[in-house]
Amino acid sequence: MTAFGKLIRTTAFRLTLAYLFLFALFAASLLGYFAWNTRRMITEQITTTVNAEVGVISDIFGRRGLHGLIQTIENRALRPGANLYLVTTPEGRAIAGNVGSLAPGVMATSGWSETAYRRLDEQDNTDHRALVHVTELDNGFRLLVGRDLEERRRLFGIVAKAAQWSLLVVIVLGLGGGIFVARRVLRRIDAMTGTTQRIMAGDLSGRLPVGRSGDELDRLAENLNAMLERIEALMMGLKEVSDNIAHDLKTPLTRLRNRAEEALAKSGSEAEYRCALERTIEESDGLIRTFNALLMIARAESGQARGNMDDFDGADVANGIQELYEPLAEDDGMTLRVKTESTPLHGNRELISQALANLVENAIKYGKPLAAVQPLSAGSAAAANSKEILIEARRDGDQVLLSVTDHGPGIPASDRKHAVERFVRLEASRTQPGSGLGLSLASAVATLHGGELRLDDAHPGLSATLAIPAPAGVSDRLAAQTPDVSQKAA
Amino acid sequence: MTATDPQMRLLIIEDDRESADYLVKAFREVGYVADLASDGEEGLALADSGDYDVLVIDRMLPKRDGLSLIGTLREKGNRTPALILSALGQVDDRIKGLRAGGDDYLPKPYSFAELLARVEVLSRRHGGPAEETAYRVGDLELDRLSHRVARGKDELTLQPREFRLLEYLMKHAGQVVTRTMLLENVWDYHFDPQTNVIDVHISRLRSKIDKGFERPLLHTIRGAGYMIRDGIR
Repeated sequence: MTAFGKLIRTTAFRLTLAYLFLFALFAASLLGYFAWNTRRMITEQITTTVNAEVGVISDIFGRRGLHGLIQTIENRALRPGANLYLVTTPEGRAIAGNVGSLAPGVMATSGWSETAYRRLDEQDNTDHRALVHVTELDNGFRLLVGRDLEERRRLFGIVAKAAQWSLLVVIVLGLGGGIFVARRVLRRIDAMTGTTQRIMAGDLSGRLPVGRSGDELDRLAENLNAMLERIEALMMGLKEVSDNIAHDLKTPLTRLRNRAEEALAKSGSEAEYRCALERTIEESDGLIRTFNALLMIARAESGQARGNMDDFDGADVANGIQELYEPLAEDDGMTLRVKTESTPLHGNRELISQALANLVENAIKYGKPLAAVQPLSAGSAAAANSKEILIEARRDGDQVLLSVTDHGPGIPASDRKHAVERFVRLEASRTQPGSGLGLSLASAVATLHGGELRLDDAHPGLSATLAIPAPAGVSDRLAAQTPDVSQKAA
Repeated sequence: MTATDPQMRLLIIEDDRESADYLVKAFREVGYVADLASDGEEGLALADSGDYDVLVIDRMLPKRDGLSLIGTLREKGNRTPALILSALGQVDDRIKGLRAGGDDYLPKPYSFAELLARVEVLSRRHGGPAEETAYRVGDLELDRLSHRVARGKDELTLQPREFRLLEYLMKHAGQVVTRTMLLENVWDYHFDPQTNVIDVHISRLRSKIDKGFERPLLHTIRGAGYMIRDGIR
């Protein structure tokens, strides 16, 4: 498409054309109305003047006869700017007046008519036009009185010229304005198109230019940029996941394959085969779990799980999870306590339970105090305390906080952001079983509910908190109530 | 592993030839009479005419999907227990499946042990007696009304959750119950814990009901789950 072609195809230009057309139509009709009215007025004026003169002349003819008529006519005809006069005999011969020639047949028809004429004293051969009135006098003589239409014509010419010029100006200005606006818009649109094409070509970091005027195009550009931001983040996430999947799922798959190969290669006893098969199943179960966790995270992140939300109390979730994991913690030499207050939530109960379960599993796995900091005097209050994991459900302003606090080594501040990412297993956890997806899922669940996963220092230890906005209206209602805090020791 | 009733009749509705053949073979090996339908319409016709104890239905089927099949059966008043197999393993898919009239939902991939355990529980539910007020396995007694548990002459003190765990196990005495079944039915969670959290609860329960007694009642079934039963069958 040529540059001009593009220009005239712009909405701005087309709108300008439409306005131009409307405006020209308006101007033309205004001028037309003006011209028509002027013409009518001039015609009326001529008619009145001519009628009056015909009256006067007829009167003179009646009183003074032909002679008086001729005299009057001659007199009047000689005045500067005189009207047109002509008197003819019944044979059609001109006997008085200032008209040299007329269109044929005009004198024969009585009443009003428009005709071409030439004055007697005029030397040039140009015809003029006049509005004339022919009256038949008593004895077959005919009288013509008329007025030149030059004035009317000139006025018409002025109007026509005005119309021409104004139309020309309107069109030039309109087209110029249209092209100016269209080019401005087109330049910006072209810039946007260029950027989007670059983005489509694969450069996701490109952003649309945003002007400072804050007009509709800027707002559009801002919104598109926000959308691109989100798309880029999602794409990055996707890429990261696929990289991680490739890496973290290939490892167990390779292990699985090697084990099967090894079992095939050496001729073992049935018991050995059985053992190899059992380990294969175990390994594939682990893989399935990892896949499920990944799918769950993907679903939570894409917002698909929003469909299955209901109202429940965060305290019930905290108590339920404590109840489920308390024996496991105890087996590991730790205590799992819960401290709750009524925390109404609107969300996916199953997902929130799972997120909290993941946090508790992490706390049990990684939250054991380091041997070095453990006091030697066994049974001291500090030692007992440091082996405690606390699940808490409480309200903080318009947020519901579900937190799990341990007194283990914690996560260094610099690693916390990193720890939430998929498959990331911090140095300390490499030796422990697990998929590295627990915190990612918890974080995705928090995000799904419009909240976030916070990792804080518990001095010492880690405090992982699902901070979820309380459902609208509930926080006010609860503020009026006295908090019912129930504590339950494991 | 053997089916409790050798005459148990099972209908498998699954379009994937390989998994269908595997299921039919596996169920026949444990003593089931297993029929196969490979699409939704055929499945509906068979399920409607045959007298089956359990239906195992793939969620996505040609001609008529699994959920609509169950819905149609239920409308006709056919209440044969149905277990839905699905590649969609998420919580809301499960809820959709159960709402459509399914009795249980098992996401793919599953282990045969898990499927078998669930099918046995379903068929028992279908043909078995109504909920009893008391269960008895060997000399272990559980009274659901008074919440009393006793082994022989010894009164046992159980935590509420331990009581519910034992109640579920005893209700399905002689049948394998898997860890997932316990998590679903006793705790009402449908996620998959990464740790052996159920095993710890079982070992606590075991220490209360079996410790100090000559004959253990609560058995671990390797690769499958747990079973409470008296003696060796």
